[in-house]
Amino acid sequence: MPEKPQKITPPLRPEFERGLLDTADLGQIRRPLSKWEKITNITLLRRVLILVLLVSVWQAYAVPLKNPLMFPTFTNTAYAFYDAVLNGSLLLKAWVSIKVLLMGYAAGVIISMILTTLAVATRLGNDLLVTLTSMFNPLPAIALLPLALLWFGLGNGSMVFVLIHAVLWPLSLATHSGFLSVSNTMRMAGRNYGLTGIRYVGNILIMAAFPSILSGLKISWAFAWRTLIAAELVFGVSSGSGGLGWFIYENKNELEIAYVFAGLGAVIIIGLGVENLIFRPIENATVRKWGMQN
Amino acid sequence: MIPEITEEVAEPQGSATRPLLEVDGATLQYKTKEHLVTATYRIDFKVYTGDRFILLGPTGCGKSTMLKGIAGFMLPDEGTIRLNDGVITGPGPNRMMVFQEFDQLFPWKTVKQNVMFPMLASSRFSRKDAEKQAIRFIEKVNLSKFTDVYPHMLSGGMKQRVAIARALAMEADVLLMDEPFAALDALTRLAMQEELLQLWDDLRFTVLFVTHSIEEAIIIGNRILVMSPHPGQVKAELNVHQFDHDNQGGEEFKKLHDKIHNMLFADRILEEEAAPHA
Repeated sequence: MPEKPQKITPPLRPEFERGLLDTADLGQIRRPLSKWEKITNITLLRRVLILVLLVSVWQAYAVPLKNPLMFPTFTNTAYAFYDAVLNGSLLLKAWVSIKVLLMGYAAGVIISMILTTLAVATRLGNDLLVTLTSMFNPLPAIALLPLALLWFGLGNGSMVFVLIHAVLWPLSLATHSGFLSVSNTMRMAGRNYGLTGIRYVGNILIMAAFPSILSGLKISWAFAWRTLIAAELVFGVSSGSGGLGWFIYENKNELEIAYVFAGLGAVIIIGLGVENLIFRPIENATVRKWGMQN
Repeated sequence: MIPEITEEVAEPQGSATRPLLEVDGATLQYKTKEHLVTATYRIDFKVYTGDRFILLGPTGCGKSTMLKGIAGFMLPDEGTIRLNDGVITGPGPNRMMVFQEFDQLFPWKTVKQNVMFPMLASSRFSRKDAEKQAIRFIEKVNLSKFTDVYPHMLSGGMKQRVAIARALAMEADVLLMDEPFAALDALTRLAMQEELLQLWDDLRFTVLFVTHSIEEAIIIGNRILVMSPHPGQVKAELNVHQFDHDNQGGEEFKKLHDKIHNMLFADRILEEEAAPHA
């Protein structure tokens, strides 16, 4: 038979009141970080370490393979890259690609801003945007290239057209959902001050939705890159001199696989550069500084 | 600038001054997916310059909706709301809202920029005057040290003080406060109530204050509109200008507290009494 549980009462303890401790001889409250802690705190260093690790795995696999046609070593690729930059046309080709990319990206961003502003201002604009994004967002930009070539001919026009398509829908989707998630309090605060129309969108909605807009810009930037390189690979030269995709295609045809790797490397390096030199500083100066993102 | 208000005008019992804000038989409705909700039903009240007018009532009595109606975010389906003899047709910077939520401050602006923003957005002040005004009012709410700090680095109480400074700096006709201290901890709330009263004493603005705390209503207000729920209707209007934190424990205070308490819960007590017979 278990004993019947007694009602537990806490013991009555004496009250007391006391002065604060003298903290003068406490000494160190803040301890400086050790050298190792300081070194491992450098983000760039940690990331470079990962790169070095990957490269050594690559090298360790490729050297005993001895098959430069299928899988060139890192050192071969690095040399090819060096050679293509110095003696070849890699820089020029990269510039051609970037130029077209920027044109398409800028046009896409502007059109997207107009569409999303319309969508928050009017119900019809909202319906238009929702319908268009659900129709066109799943459609691969590259699938439109044959049509674009037919309409705009072999040149930058058709490239810009597919780029706009690649940028417009993901960016509009992100911006629109950002606008919709702006808190009601903030909206009312803005309207309280008499803001309407374009001033309301610019001063309240775009700023409050900036984290989503920024991630939309990043995603559509990547989409634009993919589309561009793919288009150049499939259709080769679009104007006087080809871009990076064309560089890769050409070298594949000549079985210069190390140069193909170098071309791919250039795409990656440009991607890293844009992320670290453009998007990261924008993030640091805006959403992180404002505490909207950690 | 805020005009000098004599004691007589601040407490306008029987005085002949015209009301600043007149709510006349206002019925406010809003639609949800399934229902048309009548939030307030034929509400009447008048607010005079310098009033600390409290809308008090339980959840569902439409006090926040009433405030939104005065702010112009909703228009009455029946009756009128007039400010300075002009019918309210939409939101405007002559009525400044202070919300309960901390996210009413714009995270992309510093404290000073936040306070300046409505003054610039409404073009009521030049940039220079706005800055001067902002610095003055930030000092009034004791946040001078945090002038150039972004809101995410402030505590809840500090954010509300910035919001109050931002509203005050506009020198609007009336301040609309929707439970501004409800999300604060009890100690901070006490301090904020005291601060608001001091600011009022200093500047003599007109404020409409929504709360569901009887104590807060008695301490902050000079007049209380007691509302009953479903739909929101006027139950009583009481004078409470004689009470503040100092006589909170007193006999009179308690009596008034109980009186309002009974008013708010009368319906429920009747229901409970009826229950055993059923």
